Amino acid sequence: MPKVSRRDFLKTSGSSVAAGAAATITGVAVAPSTGGAAATSATSPYEKKTVAQAETLKTNVPMSFTYPDASSPCTLIKLGQAAPGGVGPDGDIVAYSSLCTHMGCPVVYDADRKVFKCPCHYSTFDAEMAGQMVCGQATEDLPRIVLQYDAADDSVQAVAVDGLIYGRQANIL
Amino acid sequence: MSMNKDRIPLPPVDAQKTLMTCHFCIVGCGYNVYKWDANREGGRAPHENALGLDFRKQLPTLATVMTPAMHTVITDKDGSRHNVLVSPDKECSVNQGLSSTRGGQMASVFYTPDGPGANRLRYPSIFTGDDRVDTNWQQAMAVYAGVAKRLLDQHGPDQIMFNCFDHGGAGGGFENTWGTGKLMFSAFQTQMVRIHNRPAYNSECHASRDMGVGELNNSYEDAEVADVIFSIGANAYETQTNYFLAHWVPNLTGTTIDKKKQWFPGETAERGRIIFVDPRRSLTVSVAEHAAGKENVLHLEIEPGTDTALYNGLLTYVVDQGWHDKDFIAAHTTGFDAALKANRMSLEETSRVTGVSVANIKKAAEWAYKPKASGHRPRTMHGYEKGIIWGNDNYRIQSSLVDLCLATHNVGRRGTGVVRLGGHQEGYARPPYPGPRPAPYIDQEIINGNGKMLTVWACNSFQTTLNAEQYREVVIRRSNVVKEALAKARGAYADDLVDVIYDAVENRGGLFVTVIDLYPTKFADAAHLVLPAAHPGEMNLTSMNGERRMRLSEQFMEAPGVAKADCLIAADIANTMRALYESEDNAEMAKRFVGFDWQTEEDAFNDGFRKPEGIDSQGGGTGHLVTYERLRAMGNNGVQLPVKEYKDGKLIGTPMIYADYKFSTSDGKAHFQSSPWNGLPAPVAAQKKKYRFWINNGRANHLWQTAYHDRYVDFRRKRYPMAPIELHPDDAEELSIEAGDIVEVYNDYGSTFAMAYPDPDIKRGQTFMVFAYWNGIVGDVVTEWTDRNVVPYYKGTWADLRKVGSMDDYKKTVSFKRRRYV
Repeated sequence: MPKVSRRDFLKTSGSSVAAGAAATITGVAVAPSTGGAAATSATSPYEKKTVAQAETLKTNVPMSFTYPDASSPCTLIKLGQAAPGGVGPDGDIVAYSSLCTHMGCPVVYDADRKVFKCPCHYSTFDAEMAGQMVCGQATEDLPRIVLQYDAADDSVQAVAVDGLIYGRQANIL
Repeated sequence: MSMNKDRIPLPPVDAQKTLMTCHFCIVGCGYNVYKWDANREGGRAPHENALGLDFRKQLPTLATVMTPAMHTVITDKDGSRHNVLVSPDKECSVNQGLSSTRGGQMASVFYTPDGPGANRLRYPSIFTGDDRVDTNWQQAMAVYAGVAKRLLDQHGPDQIMFNCFDHGGAGGGFENTWGTGKLMFSAFQTQMVRIHNRPAYNSECHASRDMGVGELNNSYEDAEVADVIFSIGANAYETQTNYFLAHWVPNLTGTTIDKKKQWFPGETAERGRIIFVDPRRSLTVSVAEHAAGKENVLHLEIEPGTDTALYNGLLTYVVDQGWHDKDFIAAHTTGFDAALKANRMSLEETSRVTGVSVANIKKAAEWAYKPKASGHRPRTMHGYEKGIIWGNDNYRIQSSLVDLCLATHNVGRRGTGVVRLGGHQEGYARPPYPGPRPAPYIDQEIINGNGKMLTVWACNSFQTTLNAEQYREVVIRRSNVVKEALAKARGAYADDLVDVIYDAVENRGGLFVTVIDLYPTKFADAAHLVLPAAHPGEMNLTSMNGERRMRLSEQFMEAPGVAKADCLIAADIANTMRALYESEDNAEMAKRFVGFDWQTEEDAFNDGFRKPEGIDSQGGGTGHLVTYERLRAMGNNGVQLPVKEYKDGKLIGTPMIYADYKFSTSDGKAHFQSSPWNGLPAPVAAQKKKYRFWINNGRANHLWQTAYHDRYVDFRRKRYPMAPIELHPDDAEELSIEAGDIVEVYNDYGSTFAMAYPDPDIKRGQTFMVFAYWNGIVGDVVTEWTDRNVVPYYKGTWADLRKVGSMDDYKKTVSFKRRRYV
């Protein structure tokens, strides 16, 4: 059976907008591991957390929050155009861990280029391409906070983390 | 590879811990390999895990590097399963706990049946019918040795050719260079050998060596205390990453000033400055500007191929200013006056040729060579790599550069040096090469129909040679002659196959090809015999890095299937050859193949590195002092070669060569060499005249060499599904090329494809394409021209670009953001 990683799955479906699609994705994410494709999925018992109201977000202005706990800083951005993994009415709201996957330095959002930059060892991650490392010394892309959008109350919720957050043995402490 | 993306099992405190030097670049970062039962894991409290870290809470910044790519689960041949974590060693002076994106992925590429290693070669295979099928070592050796013996008896050694590694790290090491070298040079006694990345058996630093200056003459610590780092044709952030991050950057940020004061009392000590010589704005330039401040970075953006003129112009100016070291020149060198006369070049002429302003040439000279405020001569470290080594006339450029460094006394003093920065790690111990200098141009020999048997050993010259398209075409055509003959063989025993192959190569222009490697490489498509090899972790292996630091990488797992270390494959070949001659009572020939009775790679190490008399070894004459046990005790810091002594349980090494000013010449003096500027070689100039774009090429941070592992690792393959070619956005627009398009790169020599990556940091009319890639081979458009020692000018070709078409998937999955740290 060909393996489809969770990230690839989200890449192809994440920009298809809105609650229904995102909820389906979340359902896959928290399902018990059954080997094969699911074995590479996020498996920790994440809790859902509302992190923003979509209408209050300003385009390309980063917003800080923490997830899955207070010691894990994250950044949410409404990019202005649909992107892999993006949710919300325009499929353009994405969020990432703010800790570089290499050695945990806080990454800085460059609004001009829509990338995150690590000042310690000069890694760069693309906010518009699922956190892909553009260049640098990490071995992983920037962990993506899996979001869900609820059109009923316009809330953006964090529901899981795709990738290991720096400085942890597991994402849930 | 790790199956979880959001958790990693921790090694328990009793996990087995072994040493591992990174397989990849010259720097050789130290790592620890933890191995423990797959059904156990250590606790999160610091006393419950082998890392001693408190995972009950978020770790602070810079505490460690621990990512899913660093973990895997392996299965030993007894069926037991084990967790493996490969963690950078904070105690290692080289990387000080840092990992690069390449070294940090080592665990991902250790063999598992379902990870990238699923593509590994596990068994010998032989071509029959229309494909290769598995066979065993006995049959494979019978065919290989059978053909080799027939050729040796009939023609002598010149029809037996090799493309073979000569380095350290994976696919190398002192054990394997010795094993293969002894086979090629003592047993077969063939001169028809080319090295992994160039078409002849030569040094990439003949000039420096001829001048008495071995190319690895300082320590990484010297970069910390240099007043100026002169980075020449090198891109350290991407290609010597942790040397740059752990040793250059602290100097550029001023954090080593106290160390400078301590080492050099009374001298002016300031934050380091850096001068780059590179036609391209490399990632390292952009990072250095952040680390040092733009005012401390000088980028000399020379016209491609004009390095020689720059160093000759600098030498002239420095001498005219009186900044050269007359006492040093008089006491320890010869040939200064003649070289200066031959190389003399005015600032104006230098500027005209190189395209660098007179002001910037003067500025470089003032930074690097003008006495400091304290009156002391500046300590300037010159680090060079492929811009020179694969530049316009390797021998000539290197002569000019070393002339400049000798004149300004930038060898033998701490904080100086004129060193190659390196590609692979080193690990050379071989009998003397039996051929002349210049050595035969092996690729041309093959193209001209010479050579009947070619063994391609831990390299892939379909991707790593010049004039590659013609070379591939000829190899495949000649290989097919043998394939067609083999396809007709029915019920053939090994002896019969030898007859079939011999007939095809002897009478019909065929070429019998054997590939020995980790993976079924592109070259294996042309092979009739493919033999599976091992890499570090599956064997014990020693190498040395760019400061001659030798370490032991310990075996902690088994090689897949029946794969084995290259030195032991060499021994198998030799022992089979010996048996064939003994069966004929040919004692004289049998004698050439004795001395391979090795059971382990340590036997090969003891036979080569530890017996330096009469061989060429980077261990020098004191290799006998080094044992596996002693190296193991030295941990990931190892010892810097040559070893001076073994004392109090420690190996004592040599941080800086030529501190005694005894240079590597017969008279002990360094020799200046004349090397006047002479323009571009004719074939290169012809391409430049005819085609629009300079096709610069080299490595990229994510990738290691031919991407033999990387092509199977999703993190890397998704980043570069095809060889990227950077070009200026305006040039792209003129040709209707967009990011993610597939473009053709073509000239008189060949044609290849690449993935367009428009980037404003590239100058108009210039491009940069990843070298040696598996999907898009830049060597296809590189001319066949070499320098006097048959060193290629890979960096020197021109070609046109044409849009082939759009690739929507690249556009959807690949980031085309600027790679430089802006």
